[in-house]
Amino acid sequence: MEKHYLSVLVANHAGVLARISSLFCQRGFNIDSLTVSATDNPEISRITIVTTGDEASFRQVRKQTEKLIETKTLFPLNLRTSLLRELLLIKLRSNNELKPKIEEIAKKYGASVIDVSVGCMVLELTGEPEKVDDFLLKIKDYEIVEMCRTGVTAMERGEVTYLLGV
Amino acid sequence: MLLTGAEIVAEVLIEQGVDTVFGYPGGSVLNIYDALYQYSDKINHYMSAHEQGAAHAADGYARLTGKTGVVISTSGPGATNLVTGIATAYMDSVPLVAITGNVPTSLIGRDSFQEVYIAGITMPITKHNFTVRSVEELADTLRTAFKIANEGRPGPVLIDIPKDVTVNKADFEVISPVNKAPEEKRLKHLEKVADLINSSKFPVVYFGGGVRISGAEQELFELLKKAEIPATYTMMAAGVLGYGDELNMGLIGMHGSRTANLAVDNADLVLAIGTRFSDRVALNTNKFARRARIVHIDIDPSEIGKNVPADTSIIGDVKKVLTALLPMIEKANHTEWLAQINEWKQKDYRPRDDDSVLKPHQVMSAICDAAGEDAVYITDVGQHQMWAAQYIRHLKTKSFLTSGGLGTMGYGYGAAIGAAVADGGKRPIIHITGDGSFHMNMNEACTAVSYNLPVITVIMNNSVLGMVRQWQKTFYGKRYSSSEPERKTNYKAVAEGFGLTGFKCTNLAEFKEALDKALELKAPVWIECVIDREEAVLPMIPAGGSVDDMIIN
Repeated sequence: MEKHYLSVLVANHAGVLARISSLFCQRGFNIDSLTVSATDNPEISRITIVTTGDEASFRQVRKQTEKLIETKTLFPLNLRTSLLRELLLIKLRSNNELKPKIEEIAKKYGASVIDVSVGCMVLELTGEPEKVDDFLLKIKDYEIVEMCRTGVTAMERGEVTYLLGV
Repeated sequence: MLLTGAEIVAEVLIEQGVDTVFGYPGGSVLNIYDALYQYSDKINHYMSAHEQGAAHAADGYARLTGKTGVVISTSGPGATNLVTGIATAYMDSVPLVAITGNVPTSLIGRDSFQEVYIAGITMPITKHNFTVRSVEELADTLRTAFKIANEGRPGPVLIDIPKDVTVNKADFEVISPVNKAPEEKRLKHLEKVADLINSSKFPVVYFGGGVRISGAEQELFELLKKAEIPATYTMMAAGVLGYGDELNMGLIGMHGSRTANLAVDNADLVLAIGTRFSDRVALNTNKFARRARIVHIDIDPSEIGKNVPADTSIIGDVKKVLTALLPMIEKANHTEWLAQINEWKQKDYRPRDDDSVLKPHQVMSAICDAAGEDAVYITDVGQHQMWAAQYIRHLKTKSFLTSGGLGTMGYGYGAAIGAAVADGGKRPIIHITGDGSFHMNMNEACTAVSYNLPVITVIMNNSVLGMVRQWQKTFYGKRYSSSEPERKTNYKAVAEGFGLTGFKCTNLAEFKEALDKALELKAPVWIECVIDREEAVLPMIPAGGSVDDMIIN
């Protein structure tokens, strides 16, 4: 079972996200993460979907998603040539003794401390999903108060042809 | 010109060539119905007993004519009652436009009276759906709906129109639909497929509803004859290849002929045309056509490899693909292969005649004899549906209307009404049902009576849910859980209660007599056929099985 990354450009209509998630539920496709965002074109939203499955089921995911009327174009992301980013916010239990230790790990990963309150602190980390995973492993000895990660957003490097005509 | 939203609905329907709609009025569509009153010289509206019946009628109308069926209902329960009808159309790729009213925009989202989020409910059973937010976008939304319903692989589209949008006014201009030919895409793999056909020794064509929808009956016929390829079909394509043609091996799949299933099992090449390898056909995807190369031709790219992997595929409209393929096909004879198939045909399952009672196959045969080659057959779902599929002598395309994909009990009467409306009294309209299915939507009798539609309903009454019971008998140790309801319905009396004629028959002579009378009446008629509850649909391949597991007796 492999992870697949899919970029979908869709019409920026109300309900388009519901359509995509309804389709995934209906067909029994997994969604590991899904992000929706605006693009430079106000009529187009960009959805990045990470899904796990074999090659045949990923082909079905693509073809079924492509059939949606509001899908303008879609393309699987080539991992070697793509930039994948995810944002993590994590709140850790801390005190004067723990704070410098946490800050040390944060520094190693380029995570920034964006809030320090009584008894806890909040870190922000942006990076490839693997880096975020790795970071979470490193701080697993500290008590997590709460955390959230955005899921992957991505684009390919350099010139692309798939935007033509959209 | 400045028109209300309701008038715009009527104008766009006319503009799109619609002269017949089915539906049921209610609070949220009062304005639309007021416009239908005003436009009644141009649009005929047929009111059903229940919105589900109207949806099936629009579906039956579409399947018979190839035109887009239109159904209108009010919000809330009116809209939810359409759901089964829309899903039925979706599974069988029927072009349908469903127009639902909704509460006024200002009341949406407040759990208002008769409010339901029908766009959300119908998302997985429509090609697409729309909620119209303002009267300015109404006309174009309706036009787009018709376009989507028809292009590529057809299917249902729903448009939800809040009541205020039907009152508000907007400028309207007629835009005649341009029949712009879809962008010509180069067909891929034609040479490869032609080579496979030309070099095959034991080829089989397995075709489905796509051939009918595409109107490729003639092209298919030419391909079969030129390359001498025996063919089998799904229920959705009954009548595409005439009954009795030497290359016709009959129905494929769970209740298909032994010959058809053996041929697919032994073929070295299976050409799947306009079909989707459903689980009633490819019961075991690993064993289906196991010795064959599979070529899949379909307009919907997502069907390729969805259920059974294809060795080669051509994505495109079946008619265009076959037209392009035909000149590349060499004239061939497969004498040895056809001899083998004829040998199998000799051993196909044949039920025994018995004139003293009513045997399902004899009933179907008698219907064909009396109704003639021109008849349109509509079924419900269950044993009677399979008997109709197996024993009706299908000779004409688009003349067997049945819920194949969804298997909707209760489809028949509504669809038959739609077909009768579309036909206008030219062809015999024969609705074949079972006592189980018929109890679901027999209420549409009132519609047939209101409009004096000559739908002849043949009720195969075995007093049980025959198909459920057959499975219970075969796979559940004869534990007949909830399949023997022991209903005491007096069909003749109920028919008379609805204002139509009813007959009850217990043997073949009685049935033939009743049918002749019914055909003369040119009015809605019910004919109850009392049959034995032990009558089974045979042959049968159990779910997940292969031809090796076929049950013959």
